[in-house]
Amino acid sequence: MNMIQAINSAMDVMMDRDPAVVVMGEDVGYFGGVFRATAGLQEKYGKTRVFDTPITECGIIGVAIGMGAYGLRPVPEIQFADYIYPALDQLVSEAARLRYRSAGEFIAPLTVRSPFGGGIFGGQTHSQSPEGIFTHVSGLKTVIPATPYDAKGLLISCIEDNDPVIFFEPKRIYNGPFSGHYDAPARNWSNHPGGEVPTGYYRIPLGKAAVTRQGAAVTILTYGTMVHVVAQTVEETGIDAEIIDLRTLMPLDIDTILESVKKTGRCMIVHEATRTQGFGAELSAVVQERCFYHLEAPIERVTGFDTPYPHSLEWAYFPGPVRIRLALEKILKD
Amino acid sequence: MPVDAKRANLPPLSLHVPEPQFRPGDEVDFSDVAVPPAGEQPRPDTAADPGTFHELAYTLVRVLDEDGNAVGPWNPRLDADTLRTMLRNMALVRAFDERMFRAQRQGKTSFYMKCTGEEAVSVAATSALAADDMCFPSYRQQGILITRGYPLIEMMNQIYSNKGDKLQGKQLPIMYSARDHGFFSISGNLTTQFPQAVGWAMASAAKGDTRISATWCGEGSTAEGDFHSALTFATVYKAPVILNVVNNQWAISSFSGFAGAEATTFAARAIGYGIAGLRVDGNDPLAVYAATQWAAERARTNQGPTLIEHFTYRAEGHSTSDDPSAYRSAQEWSSWPLGDPIKRLKDHLIGLGEWDEDRQAAQDQELAEMVRKTQKDAEKNGILGHGMHQKFETMFEGVYEEMPWHLKEQMQQMLDEDDAAGHPGPKR
Repeated sequence: MNMIQAINSAMDVMMDRDPAVVVMGEDVGYFGGVFRATAGLQEKYGKTRVFDTPITECGIIGVAIGMGAYGLRPVPEIQFADYIYPALDQLVSEAARLRYRSAGEFIAPLTVRSPFGGGIFGGQTHSQSPEGIFTHVSGLKTVIPATPYDAKGLLISCIEDNDPVIFFEPKRIYNGPFSGHYDAPARNWSNHPGGEVPTGYYRIPLGKAAVTRQGAAVTILTYGTMVHVVAQTVEETGIDAEIIDLRTLMPLDIDTILESVKKTGRCMIVHEATRTQGFGAELSAVVQERCFYHLEAPIERVTGFDTPYPHSLEWAYFPGPVRIRLALEKILKD
Repeated sequence: MPVDAKRANLPPLSLHVPEPQFRPGDEVDFSDVAVPPAGEQPRPDTAADPGTFHELAYTLVRVLDEDGNAVGPWNPRLDADTLRTMLRNMALVRAFDERMFRAQRQGKTSFYMKCTGEEAVSVAATSALAADDMCFPSYRQQGILITRGYPLIEMMNQIYSNKGDKLQGKQLPIMYSARDHGFFSISGNLTTQFPQAVGWAMASAAKGDTRISATWCGEGSTAEGDFHSALTFATVYKAPVILNVVNNQWAISSFSGFAGAEATTFAARAIGYGIAGLRVDGNDPLAVYAATQWAAERARTNQGPTLIEHFTYRAEGHSTSDDPSAYRSAQEWSSWPLGDPIKRLKDHLIGLGEWDEDRQAAQDQELAEMVRKTQKDAEKNGILGHGMHQKFETMFEGVYEEMPWHLKEQMQQMLDEDDAAGHPGPKR
């Protein structure tokens, strides 16, 4: 399966298992979603469980919270993460706080799916990586898969989870892993182990990172599309890096991170999002606080620049193989 | 300032900034507030086409006339016991407000908000709903809880954030939550409850349930984007929901003109969405009851949502943190042409021969005494400022269903601080 099919399969499996699961969003119903993630679901489960919505993100999330309060388990889609901002009040002030402010009387068991990230010439409003906004909000969980296998297992866990989850789907790797070499021929998931996806039910626990490459020289913390760009660069440079795909950003798998950094003595953080107060800053801080005496070099952050996401200069903006290689050389020099 | 030479003969543009009629010290004259005679407004079939509500969106549905008689097609013809119960609940809300306002002034809690003059929009409306219909209130519908028999002491415990507070001191006073009484957790963020109520109603419909939802916001917060989203969703899916706009003329210091009231009514907002819209005398408990009953029947028979504007007046300050004499004339409430909802229902019952001034006075005394006694009981659980009443660990509970490691770590930090401070908090 590619990642779209895996995500579609996760919703299919969960809708079949649990009549409380409903799917909603702009163009998700009859049409099956602008990325086809919900294709066939309305035909199979009916219009009262899979439905198109008006174009109002605050409405979509607000309505989903009300449905959750009723006892449903909504899976709202925000068409692009760049368009999640109108729903911020409902997510931050309502979904994230509902359990806390009602002392558990009401919960918001939502899974907000949204394509995110760049590398597709999406320009300013089809490329953003706003995960740092959501990891900052207590009460929300933030999950980002890097393979079809993980996408399905994590999404099932999210839908079953009783807390509100932001599930960001790296759209650059919907159809295949991305090496970071934008001029190379596109790959698909068929030759990647992460593309082997069981058709039935399985789950990947939230809050658990995956060590995707064992290594001794440096720990690289990353997620989403960058897992693959990092893997390619590591392979090309021959550096014995340990690569950790965080998978869940909040709550973070601190144990896996600490174990690795204490072993390697070096830590590099890679994400597409802009640098200043991005999630990398939090990662850097927790590693610095907990691994200070194990660190042999300053923690490196490889990120997008602190600019809006440009259109024509995308590949100068994107934290690709060159930026990662230079940072690796720097961190290993000390 | 540059002026285009081609338009030099036109007056320059001017920006209209609304201004209320009366400011502090002004003589108040509300004679231009249009108050149509009671009983003259048509009562359409509950299945009527939303396109036919133009008249009802611009008039005021009124039942009680100047002499306290119930007249016209909207008269809900309630029996005397129901009327007396409504009167009692409204009076209880007022007594409760008086007592809790004073408790705030005495420093027993940090904050309170009265609903004086608006008791009908929650009490009479809730009386017309089924007990299992779901309410998504704003912060000024304490009458819902009182009508549904929610224990006063639970409300007070919440206001005091004491050890009896079911919300564990997590919420600002009056931000109640009472799931068992069909009362959704109140948020400080305005109008967020509107799309949530629509979503709840959609869920009920999708599941083939028979329950409906009702939600309330003030006229000021109709300006929020969530209001538009909620009305759009409500009409698109014909959601079984009652959307109440409590137009009490004031949003803190801003008069209703800043929400658009100079140009139109709030009920008229419904027209553009294809929603049935009723504009109701919000100080007429029978009109509020009748409109809610009508909207509930419309919702329950799959005819879709109704928007009800309750035309009323916020008799007191916005909150204990507000001083209305700084921005409006003190005479407004006494001059308000629609009067006081409690007095109007009382006069109606007296006119029916089902009540008298002595019983009213006795009831007022009884309710005040009950509230006072309950307050004493609540204060046995503690008041704000007299120590910290919740176990410190509760601060970290309920952020997530299960506490993640970083919160456990921070909780330990807090417990260490408590140790270092010599344990000022309750025993753990």
